[in-house]
Amino acid sequence: MTVSLSGLQVAKEITEQFPDTVVEATDQAVLVKSKSIFEIAQYLKNSPELSFDYLNFVTAVDYLDCFELVYQLTSLKHNHSLILKTRCFSRERPTVPSVVSVWRGADYQEREIFDLMGIIFDGHPNLKRIVLWDGFEGHPLRKDYL
Amino acid sequence: MEVGEPRKYIYSDVELDQHEGQEIAELMASSQQPLPDPDRWLDEDIHRNIMLTTVDAVIGWARSSSLWPAICFPACCAFELIAANASRFDLSRFGMEILRASPRQADLMITAGTLTWKMAPQVRRIYHQMAEPKWVIAMGACGISGGIFRSSYNVVPGYNRIMPVDVYVPGCPPRPEALIYGIRMLHRKIAQAHTDIKLQPM
Repeated sequence: MTVSLSGLQVAKEITEQFPDTVVEATDQAVLVKSKSIFEIAQYLKNSPELSFDYLNFVTAVDYLDCFELVYQLTSLKHNHSLILKTRCFSRERPTVPSVVSVWRGADYQEREIFDLMGIIFDGHPNLKRIVLWDGFEGHPLRKDYL
Repeated sequence: MEVGEPRKYIYSDVELDQHEGQEIAELMASSQQPLPDPDRWLDEDIHRNIMLTTVDAVIGWARSSSLWPAICFPACCAFELIAANASRFDLSRFGMEILRASPRQADLMITAGTLTWKMAPQVRRIYHQMAEPKWVIAMGACGISGGIFRSSYNVVPGYNRIMPVDVYVPGCPPRPEALIYGIRMLHRKIAQAHTDIKLQPM
């Protein structure tokens, strides 16, 4: 069975590489700053002892004061998993670096988040609406939609 | 060889998306009111008294007993339709077991499921591609009025916004018996409608 790594332990390793990027770490998840998510994603994928080579999903939560992005990562090599989170606080133009160049599977999911939540993924190769059509106004999964 | 401007998006042309969005917006704007029932269903007796002839009866009987449904199953009501088609309920008793993959060969559309505005232009195109005379059965709550998704931002509130519907079969989803009852009603309707054949003078 896949072992879920302790967020506290992974947070320690991330802090060694990238100081001042971890906002909060619990046993379940690591919350990092959004502007360094790309470097952390690269590190988590390429580090030999972590080696998170598979992205289960990306999703987003609207907490009204911020958007939270949740990345569920798995290492097929070591058979362990981790939940990585990040927050962005702008409502007009929330921007997060894209992780498509790290995990290709994030492509459509980031487009869906952009479509329904309006979060802009910086560096995404094809950021346009995927579920709704071109010209649709607003982002319907936001809490303040309608 | 000239190299054009680099594309902004790598997978598809932006123009296609814009065209699709424009088409959907136009369809939404033009289908705010439900379309009325196309046939003379309520005053059938009057037409019957005046117009029913032997030719009408034969043509109506022939049409009603060989309906060819088009494949257009956007959502979960399709399973009840498949069940109605399969051996237990056996739609072939009514001469219509073959579902046509091509709308050109079909004359009945059973709208089994929720329709989103993004899908609506395609479904309407299938309807327009069907050969006349053609009929539509709105199957299930979503097909009739949008159902529980009626107030959603991207669900068509009833197929009768985009195409004229002949028979409504309520249910969520309707049982195969209900669908068969609706099809029997449609048979009656087809048989009672008078045909518009004008005999040419020799």
